[in-house]
Parts: sequence; C-alpha cells; structure tokens
Amino acid sequence: MSDDKPIIEMREIQKHFGSVIALAGVSVNVYPGECHCLLGDNGAGKSTFIKTMSGVHKPTSGEIYFEGQPLNFADPRDAIDAGIATVHQHLAMIPLMSVSRNFFMGKEPTKKVFGLSLFDHDHANDVTMSEMKEMGINLRGPDQAVGTLSGGERQTVAIARAVYFGAKVLILDEPTSALGVRQTANVLATIDKVRKQGIGVVFITHNVRHAMAVGDRFTVLNRGQTLGTAKRGEITPEELQDMMAGGQDLAQLEGSLGGTV
Amino acid sequence: MSQAQPTSTGDERIKTRSRFREALIRPELGGIVGTVAVFVFFALFAADSGMFNSQGVMNWSQVSAQFMIIAVGACLLMIAGEFDLSVGSMIGFSGMMIAIFSVTMGWPVWLAIIVTFILALIVGAINGIIVVRTGLPSFIVTLATLFILRGFTIYLPQTIERKTIIGGVSDAAQGDWLAALFGGKILTGLFQWFGDVGLIATFERGSREGQPVVDGIPMLIVWAILLVVVGHVLLTKTTFGNWIFASGGDAEAARNSGVPVNKVKISMFMCTAFCATVFATCQVMEFGSAGADRGLLKEFEAIIAVVIGGALLTGGYGSVLGAALGALIFGVVQQGLFFAGVESSLFRVFLGVILLFAVILNTYIRRIITGER
Repeated sequence: MSDDKPIIEMREIQKHFGSVIALAGVSVNVYPGECHCLLGDNGAGKSTFIKTMSGVHKPTSGEIYFEGQPLNFADPRDAIDAGIATVHQHLAMIPLMSVSRNFFMGKEPTKKVFGLSLFDHDHANDVTMSEMKEMGINLRGPDQAVGTLSGGERQTVAIARAVYFGAKVLILDEPTSALGVRQTANVLATIDKVRKQGIGVVFITHNVRHAMAVGDRFTVLNRGQTLGTAKRGEITPEELQDMMAGGQDLAQLEGSLGGTV
Repeated sequence: MSQAQPTSTGDERIKTRSRFREALIRPELGGIVGTVAVFVFFALFAADSGMFNSQGVMNWSQVSAQFMIIAVGACLLMIAGEFDLSVGSMIGFSGMMIAIFSVTMGWPVWLAIIVTFILALIVGAINGIIVVRTGLPSFIVTLATLFILRGFTIYLPQTIERKTIIGGVSDAAQGDWLAALFGGKILTGLFQWFGDVGLIATFERGSREGQPVVDGIPMLIVWAILLVVVGHVLLTKTTFGNWIFASGGDAEAARNSGVPVNKVKISMFMCTAFCATVFATCQVMEFGSAGADRGLLKEFEAIIAVVIGGALLTGGYGSVLGAALGALIFGVVQQGLFFAGVESSLFRVFLGVILLFAVILNTYIRRIITGER
C-alpha cells in the first residue's frame, strides 16, 4: 500500500483568518485504498483542513499535490471534478426529495426526447436501486423520500453517490457523530467496502473507537498543528485519546470519571 | 449483525403501505379533491344558473386562466424556496408601461410589449439578486418591490397624463402581430362551426346574428395552458427541475452537490416577473386600457392557489399541476358564487377557510413523506 504514490498530498498547509491562525503548517497524505483518520477535538482545525482539501478554502501558504501534480482549486467544483468528494455531516441529502433525485443531484443523467434534453428518470432509478442494494440498503422504491431513511442510511447513500461518480478521495466529515451504535457499524462497514475499491478515505472523527475500527493511519490535529501520524498497530486508543485532548488535563478528568471517557 | 435482520425483505418495523395510500401521498391530492368537491357543489347548487353552458364555462375558464398564469410562476419560485410579493404590483406596472410606451409615446405595440417584458425581467432579476446576495428573506425584499412598483405605477401616468387610467391601447394594437398573441382568439372557425351545427348557442338577433356566443379560445387561456405544461415539464422532467427542488429543499446541501442555487433562484424570480407580465399584457389587450390599481392582491391569490396545489411554504416540494388545479378552484368558486347568487364578499371567507385547510393538509402530507412525527 505504501509503495504506491499518495493520491493527495498536503504539504505545510497554513490557513489564517485575519489574525487567527487556524492551520499552522499541517502535512497529510492519503494513499489509495487506505483509510486515513483525522482526529482532533473541537477547534483543532479539522474542518478548516478538509475545507482546504476540498477547495472551499484557499490555503494561505503550503502546497497541494493531487496524483503528483500541484493543484490550485478555484472553487469546490474543481475539487469535485478532480475526484475529491466530501460527504458532510448534515448537509448531504435533501429529505423531501426522492433517493434517486438526491443521488443524481447536480449530475443528472439526461436523454433526448423530441430534441429536448430531459432528466432520464428510468436510468437514474435503475442505478440508484442497484447501488443501494450493493451497499445493503433495501429501498421501497427509488422514489422513496430520503427523509424516511435513517441517519446512517443517509450517510451511506451520500457515500455511494460519491463513489459512483468516480471519487478518488472521499472526505467524510464526522459521519458517525450523530448516529446510534448499529447505524455507526453500518457506516463503518461502508467505509471498509469503499476502501477496498481503492479509494482513499479521509475519515474525520473525534471518536477514537470509530477511528480504530477502520483506520489504517491516524493523524491527530491540535490547535492547528499535527501532533504526528501513526500507523495502525503503532498506537493505542488511549494514546490517541490523550493526544487529542492535549494529554494531562484529560488524565485528571478521566481519573474523576473513573476512566470511562 | 446480520443475524438480527429477520429476512432480506427489509425492516420489520416499517409497515408496508398500500398502493392506495401511496397514491394519496402526492402534492396534487388537495387540488384534486378540492376540484372535484367544487364541481360537485356547483353542479348541485348552480346547475340551472347558466354556469355550465358555453358562456358560463368560458367565463370561469378565463378567470381560472388568469390565476393559473401567475400561479405557475409563484409555484416554481415557492418550490425553489422563495416568495414574490411583488406579483400584483408587477401586473399593474407592466400593464401601465405597455400603455405609456404605446399610447403616450406612440411606439408600435409590439415594441412596447417587448420592452416591457425586458423591464419586468430586469426587475425580477434585481429581486433575485438582492435576495441571493444579502440572504434576506424574500418576503421582505419583494414587499419593498411591491411598494416601489405600485408607487411608480401611480406616479408615472399621473405625471405624464394627469390620470391613473390610460386608454386607447386597443386602437394602437389594431393589426399588431405581437398584440394578437395576447389579445386574440384561436379556433374561431371551429367555434363558428360549433355554432352552425348547434353545439353551442348562437346570437339570435342584433349585428352578430348567427355568430356563436363563444367565438373562440382567448389567448389568455392558451397562455395559461402553455405555461402550465412548460412549467410541469420543466419541474418534473428536466435537470433544471431537479435543481429547483434541491434549491428549495436545502440550499446548502444543493450547493455542496454542485447545484448553482443562486442562478436557479434568480431565474425563478425572473420567471414570476415574466408570468405577471403575460397576465398584464393579456389584460391590457382585453380591456384596451391600463389602470394603476390593476393586479391588487394578486400576489396573495397566486400564493394561495399554489398552497392549495400542495406546495410547501418552506420550499422544496410542490407541483405545477397542483397549482393549476388550485387556480381552477379559485376561478370556479369566484364565478360560481356569482352564478349561484351568493354575495361575492363571501368569496374571501371561502379563500381564508380553504387556505387554512390546505396548509394543514400539506403539513400532514409532509410528515408522511419525511417520516417526521
């Protein structure tokens, strides 16, 4: 795996908002077929970092290489076109629209009817049903509204959509943070499936157990800086947890909470 | 994990829905039920009043067509997540501009109509751009436009002509090719034949003896049908239609998926302005004059028709066909009360009541769709 070249390489990324230094030189790379977990507490700079990766923010300094080529995204569309897909925590699906309309939102298939370019609903429905089946979601029909799906299923639809449209790097922004146990397991299983297809997954979370379940490498962010990247097996969940929270303070808290955090 | 799953047929906690219930969950439900109810009601209480003879049908069809034209624009805009309260003022303003250009300034009517359409589209675009750029509620932005446009509609004719009604458009429009597209009638030959064979009544004396009482389909109705068909196809069958739903459903999620939400919203504001101007042009051509008070309260009537048609006030859900049915209900009831000899002010009571029912029904349907409780 690590013999390959990274799909995306972020070098010394800095991002300043006015006088606030959100990222102070973060370097992360992602290989095809790996799940790279990005951990950090609230305010650590995780969101800023992935927004830079997905073209929402321009880095103040630093370089981004995509498949070995230096990249300069003007807007998120460039990143999407290049194959960097982001699945946002809440803002991925539209509840009132059908699964099939959601699946193809922004990339609608068309067919010509009497010279008019129309939305090809039949094709969209067929693809949606088969892709959902592959991900283990049984739909009543392609016209079922996304609002009737559970949170985990919605995340899975969003992931399946990104994969179907040729994502090479899949950024998942806290996909499990609002989910129950069973649903989390489903999403983690989906991540595992996607990784095996050779897609590089960037999995943002602040739950160490979720990260340990699927991660190949772990990078911890704290106060806009990387505290280092570790491979699976080189680090224990406790060490990760300590790094995220900044060590000592949490150790004290943990003592008073009986080691349950 | 897979042991917990009883069979591959799905989640045991989801009750299967009957096809009937499935068919009920559609935006047009309220419109269909309402239309049937309204026709049954008037068939029972106003059958012998002339409401359902050729003249009567033409009467409420024309009123319904007026509502339909503005409802199509309001419907698409509402599904895209915005309102336009300036529709009524836009009707007055557009009509007045056509009259000023053609009568006062003496331009050919086709030029007056084209320039007015361009002006209206610009105003619509400005509405849209302000809403999109500032992020202010469209309710407030278009409320401002409502007053600005109405103010100009009264100020301009008063300053130029010292009156608030400009007549003489009919004379100016005589033989004009574009005016005929709004004020003319089609299928006149067919209707003459209907009259000749006795399918519809003919005048028995006077200068129009032998001519049918209804001598063709007014262009107003043609425009209404055209706009409904185009709006319906656009919304349900095209890529752009998917973007309209997405923009109104959740603008942020739509943007994340690469939908050009701002463009969609601005073009929908232009669409309502276009529909209002179609309404105004047909009206000016029919009356031969433009008045400063035309189109008062039309914005609310359009919105009510759309809501009766099943659209959600919060956007992201609705149907052009439903809105057209809402407009039909409007027209039939407004004219039907007249035929039935009921005091016409009761129409407003009816409006209020049916609006309330429609909104409650829509909320219920929305809960079923999204599975909210």
